[in-house]
Amino acid sequence: MIERIGQRTLRFAEPPLLLSHAAAVGKKEGEGPLGAQFDFVTQDDRMGQKSWELAESELQKTAIDTAIKKGGLQKGDLDVILAGDLLNQCIGSFLASMQSDVPYLGQYGACSTMAQGLALGSCLVAGGAARRLLAAASSHFCSAERQYRFPLAYGGQRTPTAQWTATAAGAAVLGMRGSGHIRITHALFGKMIEMGVTDANNMGAAMAPAAYDTISTLLSDLGAQPQDFDCIVTGDLGHVGADLLLTLLREDGIDLSPVYSDCGSLLFGETQDAHAGGSGCGCSAAVLCGPLLRDMQADKIHRLVFAGTGAMMSPTSVQQGQPIAGICHAVVIERSNA
Amino acid sequence: MKLDKQRYQQMLAQKSPPSPLWKDCLKAFLFGGAICTVGEGVSNFWQWRGLDTQDAAAATAITMVFLGALLTCLHLYEKLAKHAGAGTIVPITGFANSVVSPAMEFKSEGLVLGMAAKMFVIAGPVLVYGTAASVVYGLVLLLLGGGGAG
Repeated sequence: MIERIGQRTLRFAEPPLLLSHAAAVGKKEGEGPLGAQFDFVTQDDRMGQKSWELAESELQKTAIDTAIKKGGLQKGDLDVILAGDLLNQCIGSFLASMQSDVPYLGQYGACSTMAQGLALGSCLVAGGAARRLLAAASSHFCSAERQYRFPLAYGGQRTPTAQWTATAAGAAVLGMRGSGHIRITHALFGKMIEMGVTDANNMGAAMAPAAYDTISTLLSDLGAQPQDFDCIVTGDLGHVGADLLLTLLREDGIDLSPVYSDCGSLLFGETQDAHAGGSGCGCSAAVLCGPLLRDMQADKIHRLVFAGTGAMMSPTSVQQGQPIAGICHAVVIERSNA
Repeated sequence: MKLDKQRYQQMLAQKSPPSPLWKDCLKAFLFGGAICTVGEGVSNFWQWRGLDTQDAAAATAITMVFLGALLTCLHLYEKLAKHAGAGTIVPITGFANSVVSPAMEFKSEGLVLGMAAKMFVIAGPVLVYGTAASVVYGLVLLLLGGGGAG
């Protein structure tokens, strides 16, 4: 049963289990500070494919197959796949699952896609619509660049606030029955918040107000303090957006900094020239399904808020002068020591 | 707290680091100047080989476009441009880069609808407005009685 508490938070009376998870990343991400904690690091970002779009779909497929295998499952055990990416018509995701013979629901929440998939997936599982399902998301630097910005070989300069689209994919299997200690106890679907940001090179700033709205609503609905969690992690606000989020919350008297991290800030090291940090659906998906859930399994994190943030825009909307809205979906993930 | 657009814009401006303008300008000047110096050397070479000033200028443009295209294909131009900024965009080598890079990138969508169709996706505006400006310039010249020179 799913119960609504407070303004917008959903509580799962019998929380869905997070049965297994896997992350696959590109070469640069593998060389970053979290490199050793991903299941798969490719040395060839092209993944042996003839296009970058196929390379991305292959990376997502790798994450999906690994998650299924790690859970001791087979594709046929899944009742639905919820997957998304940044490419037009989500081609990275549908190509990855085209041959899966499993019902498929395409997701688009920009960089919040993994959180959206987990929140929606938890509702489907808790509501009895699926016994087991898989949520996945991916992004690829090269396929995103050619769609959103410039050709790879074009000589352009990036601004200090620009983020680096991660070549990464993450996948997680949810279900009601099975072995495991990690459960999704709450979910919150975010609202789009538009604060007049039009600079596509400053997405962190466009997304920070949405993260502020979702996190403060969640804390208030749960009657919780930041310290009630071991970690509150946002999707990929990057350095600029993370700073703005902390400032916005501080004005409400909430100090998030002792438990706060951002997937975009965690993924790349200082010397990796990623400017304001990582971004892309795969960034938060891989950081969650790699290092964060591993830490939960290893009993290092007990209670986690995963708040995926996305920038709602397209090259067309930006060229037509439309503002960029942010969105942030959150799930609360808990480890029971039973 | 109620989010206020105007206040947020101020906050954002404060928290977003600006591009290092002076450093970027200096690097653009040095790299751009270096490319022009190479161009000057190439021009001298063609004149030494016996071309007159006008033909040497044309041969220099062809040579520099070739070099820009070559460096683009070797994925070296973008590495240089990361530091040089306007210094690599403004010279004619930058024009070559802006045509060759989409041609390389969109080859995966086929030689007609990909490479050929997308080749001018960046340089297109330069060609359109460059041509338009030259027409206006020609008309002005004609009206002022300077026509007949060409």
